Order: sequence, then structure tokens, then C-alpha cells
Amino acid sequence: MRAKLYRRRQRRNALAMGLSLGATLFGLGWLVLILGALLWQGFSGVSLKVFTEMTPPPGSDGGLLNPIVGSLIMTGLAVAVGTPVGILAGTYMAEYGRHARITAVVRFINDILLSAPSIIVGLFIYEMVVARMGHFSALAGALALAVIVVPVVIRTTEDMLLLVPNALREAAAALGMPRAYIIRFVAYRAAKAGIVTGILLAIARISGETAPLLFTALNNQFWSTNLNAPMSSLPAVIFQFALSPYADWQKLAWTGALIITLAVLLLSIVARAVTASRKPS
Amino acid sequence: MAEIALRQGAAEVAGPPRSQVLARMRLADKGFQFLTHATALAVLGLLGGIIIALMIGAMPALRAFGLGFLTTQKWNPVTEQFGALAPIYGTIVTSTIAMAIAVPVGLLVAMFLTELCPMGLRRPIGIAVELLAGIPSIIYGIWGLFVFAPFLQTYVQPLLIDAFGPVPVLSALFAGPPYGIGTLTAGLILAIMVLPFITSISRDVFETVPAVLKESAYGLGCTTWEVFRNVVLPYTRVGVIGGVMLGLGRALGETMAVTFVIGNAHKIAPSILAPGTTISATIANEFTEAVSDLYTASLIALGLILFVITLIVLALARYMLLRVERRLGA
Repeated sequence: MRAKLYRRRQRRNALAMGLSLGATLFGLGWLVLILGALLWQGFSGVSLKVFTEMTPPPGSDGGLLNPIVGSLIMTGLAVAVGTPVGILAGTYMAEYGRHARITAVVRFINDILLSAPSIIVGLFIYEMVVARMGHFSALAGALALAVIVVPVVIRTTEDMLLLVPNALREAAAALGMPRAYIIRFVAYRAAKAGIVTGILLAIARISGETAPLLFTALNNQFWSTNLNAPMSSLPAVIFQFALSPYADWQKLAWTGALIITLAVLLLSIVARAVTASRKPS
Repeated sequence: MAEIALRQGAAEVAGPPRSQVLARMRLADKGFQFLTHATALAVLGLLGGIIIALMIGAMPALRAFGLGFLTTQKWNPVTEQFGALAPIYGTIVTSTIAMAIAVPVGLLVAMFLTELCPMGLRRPIGIAVELLAGIPSIIYGIWGLFVFAPFLQTYVQPLLIDAFGPVPVLSALFAGPPYGIGTLTAGLILAIMVLPFITSISRDVFETVPAVLKESAYGLGCTTWEVFRNVVLPYTRVGVIGGVMLGLGRALGETMAVTFVIGNAHKIAPSILAPGTTISATIANEFTEAVSDLYTASLIALGLILFVITLIVLALARYMLLRVERRLGA
């Protein structure tokens, strides 16, 4: 009787463990499948042309130069706008208002913004910028991306500043340093690696964002660096080309997808390396 | 000593008076504090601004259709009749499929990572899970369209149709020709996308269980599964639910991956193999084509509905995760 019960428990345990191993293989399998398909389909299209020529009309040769440049411009602008805002807000939450009620509220709202659907951000910027200006523009696209950058940077800045030992701040205060100087010359320096990681993660996050760009920056078949006009971006071009019936456009879409994925993976690995290199100290 | 005193004296003579320097520092200090405080408050303004902007944008549609907007299935840009029922239905069905798969699998993976996995493998597998979470959704979309959907169409869907054809209720659920793209495919892709979120949050929550609790259960002779089922899960219940709801928030609002594979049909089909649409996919597909003001307003109204739903889900999720953090802090 007891042996039977024991065997049943053992069997149930073995079953659960088998399932959990299976689930892990199942979950990681997708990563392999997706990366495999990307490399398989994307690499055959990679050539110098991709980086030197404009997006082609259907049926002819071309590259992805204008969407790549467009993505870089808008990502750069978004980071330039979103990072200072994020760092300042994070600074308030960790330094001045650490125990204030408002900090808890901002943190709660910020965490919600962190996972809010990005297409909503696109609609918001459309209402605020595109509808007012009367036309789509790269500026609106960059602003939409900046709205996504801000919560990521706030979160990491606050977390990293909270990790800075208070003894450092107290030592500086004992020397008579005003608070703003303590933050700038002591806290920021101690938290630098973490804040940089946050910015890198934010870049990784927005470099693949498509939904907020669709009706802010729209798309542009031609070379344009005019911030006041529609601008091409890699994700928007992938969306357009992948859903088109033309084989050469689909091919370019795969190549673009490969470029984005490699960029995102590289950014997250670099971000990890930045934090890891600081951990031992 | 004398040298230092001398240097100080020299500085005082050369620079502006000490009181002026201090006053300037005080001003900079106040200014910096004000600046950070203002930006922190601006974040609150951002959320409020999004809601207000969407409300203003959606106003024409809400005025024209009233509450009927939520319960009408008709979506006709030509006659300007718009109703949100089909996209809402599609959003709920795809998210349900996604959660039904991702929750058990995600929890099992998290259990593997915290209880079974050899120490050396934990970090690599954890990183792989996070990389899966970091892949942009458009990549899932293009992969789903060109690789996953054809695979389902040729191998899985015919099997499902044959298997459930004779069963009374399920035959309606799995009826129709295998299109490849459709509600089921969108749900499955969402499951793959949500899985890493649920896994990594549950793993973090499982790791908060005090080792003493688990060790005492093992000491009583419990198997690993029994420890997980009767100690770890009850202890972490709130956090796990929070993580699941966070995943649900993602699934509800996910746009690009769904847009690629759902087929964009504005009708409620009983079969989950048939094409459908979701709120986010409708907006992504039709927004730039919306010519009339009422059409645009209807799409923004859809966005408002989506935002309100996800806000509630995410707020609940964060509230539950906050409770876990508080308990840890106490």
C-alpha cells in the first residue's frame, strides 16, 4: 500500500519534471526556429547593395539605404529627447522624492506606460502632432519613439541611483557639497554603467518598433533627411514589403528583418556586458 | 599648512566673494530640484495627456454611435457605419488562446529554471529567454507570415479539422478550409511572444521563496513537484498572477505580429481557423487609409477602448507585483 503510494508520487514527479523539461525545450525551440529562419532567408540577400542603394520600385534591384538612415535619424532624435527627460524624472524619484507619495504614484504610472501598447502612443502623437501640423513627419515619428524611451530610462535610472550607497552621498554632504552637486558628481558617476545600460535597452526597444511609426513618420520611398516630411524606417519598410506580392520586395523585407534583429541582439548583449563588468566591484 | 592657507587666500582674492559663490550654488541646487520634480510630474501628465487626446479624437465617433459602438459588428467605411464588436471579439479570442498556452508552459519553464536546471545552465537559458522577449514584434510577424502560417496550413490545421470534425461543438470551432492565417495562428504567435514575459517574471517571483520553506518540505520527504505545487506556488500566488496579467497586457495590445497573420476580416466567425481582426490590427491596417473624419475617429475610439482595457489589466498586474515587493521589503 505504502509502496504503491510512493510509486505514484514518484511517477507524478517524474511526469511533472519531464513536462517542465519539455516546456523549456519547446520555449527555447522558438528562438532557434526564428533566428534560423531569419539567417536562412535574410543572409542570402545581404550584399553591399543593401547599404548603398535606395528602396526599389517593384521588379527592380535596390537596397535599404534610405530606411536604414531614416531609422538611425529617428532613433537618435528619440534618444536625444527621451533620455534627458527620463534621467531627470528618475533622479527626482531616487534622490529628492525618495519617500514622497508622488514618487510611488509616478513609479506605478511609469510601470504601466512601460508595457502600454505602442500603437496607442502612435495614435497619441498623431492627435497631438500630425493632426495639428497637417502632415506626417519624421519629427512626429521621433517623438512617438521618445515617448517609448522615457519610461525605460526612468525605470533604470531610478533603480540604479537607489543602488548607490548612501555613505557616498553623506561623505560628499559632509564636505559641504550642495545636493545638486552631490547628485551630479557622486551619484551619477557611481550609477553611470547602469544608466547607460538603460539607454541601450531603450534603443534596442525602439529600433524594432513599428506600430508608433505607421501613422507618424509614415514611410518614404525616396531619400529624405527632412525632419518635416515623411521619413522611411526599417520596420515600416519591412511591413510594407513583406505584405506585398513581389518576391524581390519580400526578400528585402527578410534582409531588413535580419539587420534589425542582429542590431537588437547586439545592443542587448552589449548592455548586459556593461552591467556585468561592473558587478564584481 | 601655511601653503594651503596661502592658496586659499589667493583664491579668495582672485575669485568672486564666497557669499556669491554660495548663492549661485544654492540657486543651481534649487533649479535642479525644480527641474527634476517638474519632469517627474510630466510623466503623470503624459498618461493623462494620452487619455485626453484619445478621448478628444474619438469624440465624433462616440457622439455618432454612442454605446452602440461597442455592440455593433458592422464595419463599413463606404456607408460610414462603424462598430467595435468584431475587433473586440478578436482581441479577446486571440489573447485567450495565447494565455491558455503561454501560462502553463511559462510556469513549467520557470519551474525548470528554479528547481531542476543545473546551476551552470541557468544563466544561459535565462539569457535566451530574455533574448526571445527582446525580439521586435515585427520579426515575429514576418516569420509568422512566411514560415509559421504555411506550416500550420499544410500540417496542423488539416489535422485539427479532421480530428474535431465529428465532435459536435468543437467541429464549429475548427470548421472551414485551412487558410494558414487566421485567429488561431495569431493566438499561437502571441503565445510565443508572451511566453518569455511570463517565464522571466515567474522565475523572479519563484526565487523569492525562502530556501528554508522549501528545505523543510524536502525534509518531510516531498518530491520536487510536491514542493513546487504545495510550497512554491501558494507562496508566490499573487506574484504569479501579477506576471500573468502583465503578459495578458502585452497580448491584448500587441500589434505588428498579429497584423501580419490574422487576415483582417471584420466579422465574427465561429471557427478559430477563419480570418478575423483585433483592435490593434484594425488600427494598424486602416488608419492611413481612413479618409473621412468619422472613420479616423472610429479607429481612435478603438484605440481608446484598447487603452482602457490594457490600463486596467496592467494596473492590476502592477498592484499584485507591488504586494510581492512589499512583503519582501517587510
